[in-house]
Amino acid sequence: MKSKTFGSRFADICIWMVLLLLTALCFLPLLNMVSISFSDKSAAQANLVGLLPVHFNTNAYQLLLKDTQFWRSFLISIERVAIGTAINLMITVLMAFPLSKNKNDFRARNIYMNLMIFAMLFSGGMIPIFMVVKNLGLIDSIWALVLPGAVPIFNVILLMNFFKSVPEALEEAAIIDGASKMRVLFGIFLPISLPALATIGLFSMVGHWNDYFSGLLYMNSSSNYPLQTYIQQLSVDITKITDPSQLKSLASVSNKTLNAAKIVVSIIPVLLVYPFLQRYFVSGLVIGSVKE
Amino acid sequence: MKRKNKAGQLEYHLMMSPGIIFLIVFSFVPMFGILMAFQDYVPAKGIFGSAWVGLDNFKYMLEIPDSMKILRNTVVIALGKIIFGTIVPIIFALLLNEIRLKWAKKSIQTIVYLPNFLSWAVVAAVVINIFDYHGPVNQFLQFMGKDPTLFLASNNWFRQIIIGTDVWKGFGYGAIVYLAALTGIDPGLYEASSIDGASRFKQLIHITLPGILPTIMLISALNLGNILNAGFDQIFALYNPIVYETGDVIDTYVYRVGLLGQQYSFATAVGLLKSVVSLTLLLSANQLSIKLVKMRIF
Repeated sequence: MKSKTFGSRFADICIWMVLLLLTALCFLPLLNMVSISFSDKSAAQANLVGLLPVHFNTNAYQLLLKDTQFWRSFLISIERVAIGTAINLMITVLMAFPLSKNKNDFRARNIYMNLMIFAMLFSGGMIPIFMVVKNLGLIDSIWALVLPGAVPIFNVILLMNFFKSVPEALEEAAIIDGASKMRVLFGIFLPISLPALATIGLFSMVGHWNDYFSGLLYMNSSSNYPLQTYIQQLSVDITKITDPSQLKSLASVSNKTLNAAKIVVSIIPVLLVYPFLQRYFVSGLVIGSVKE
Repeated sequence: MKRKNKAGQLEYHLMMSPGIIFLIVFSFVPMFGILMAFQDYVPAKGIFGSAWVGLDNFKYMLEIPDSMKILRNTVVIALGKIIFGTIVPIIFALLLNEIRLKWAKKSIQTIVYLPNFLSWAVVAAVVINIFDYHGPVNQFLQFMGKDPTLFLASNNWFRQIIIGTDVWKGFGYGAIVYLAALTGIDPGLYEASSIDGASRFKQLIHITLPGILPTIMLISALNLGNILNAGFDQIFALYNPIVYETGDVIDTYVYRVGLLGQQYSFATAVGLLKSVVSLTLLLSANQLSIKLVKMRIF
């Protein structure tokens, strides 16, 4: 084996330095938030907290435990994730199966497909959608958060492509045994697509958990806000300032450590599913690779 | 020979029906709401009772000075995001690809992918904290002997911060597709070239970059459809009236004027124009990518 040249070694050092810098850049702002949440209130208010907590304590978290609106929003988000992901997955499975058939098997296949692609590429826009939701009487209800996005068209296409790769012999054997299409879908296709479904489901969960704007749009009463809408409202003051000098005083009026604790707790559910997400998302991208 | 029995067809239609009903209600019915763009819509009268005004809303759009400003902001921010959101992930992927230590590679990836999975509500709070007047960035500037800046209330900085934080959030995740493309390059090419005495830099230029070029072109074509998407969730959580001059984009404008200002017809017209232009761009991008890389976007 040829030993590395000086130039190559120098390149290695540069590569490591840039990579570590990029990694630190991603990590440190989040670490700072965590440190603030565990710091002494006055130290946080005076901006003395860097990468480690100053006078470590859990006062902010103790205070947070008693914050009923925070936990109400937390539960609303959990409810949304559960209902929203269940609906998304059910519809994805049901639609991907007929669409994975060719035109000879399912004659209306291409009509449905074109409708879906059109719906994916073109939207009526925020205001007409808002009016539909409003006219259906869904304002201030959990359904306003899950039904408008009930059909994840992109995911349907992903799963459809996955279903296309399932050997036909499997299905034919079951059909000859007299199984219905529904039985074929839930007895054969569903079990072998579980890893793909897990990927899609995890992305769906994170998407529902992280969306803050539909909460703001469809909930009139702030007591119905899901968690991320609640979090966004913590720093909403900045979107209302009209004079630069106001920005200087903003930080001093809010309770920095408590807000930081709220933000940290709101990330925890994402961190809990993150290892699973990470295991799957590379394969998820692979099943999403463009083919038709 | 396939059996085409009626019962089978009916079952397929039944499977499609729940999703199709939701699509009709929440996608296709709102498309009829687009008619508002050609009306002077009054909520009390509804779509069937409001007066038709033809293209007046679109003419009004051309007359007000806001339009140019908002279009410019949208395109500048979106283009910045597209350009830096493509270059940074490529560079990151190329650098990461040079690393042989498996565990280090894994750890770096774990950390760098994370911001992509955080909500803009959370990231906005982090950004506000970092760029606070007394926050870390300004503390660093003061340490370097510079004056602190009110970054988020500065028209000189707002766009850069929007583009920068968007790249920050997405570059790791955006690199995955390039890393996948890199693993697809034939290792034999590297072995052969190093026997011929090619340096690592030469290998990068002649093997690695050409190897991921189709992916780069596909992603770029895909991005063409995003030229009017400046990122509503992000800007909405970070902007304020002082930076409307540089940060107000089509989507935020539609929300403010339409839903808060209740000029439903006008805002719908603005939104419609955006949808039509985006759709046209995306369709052209699809044609382009079929031609260039023999791949369809959809």
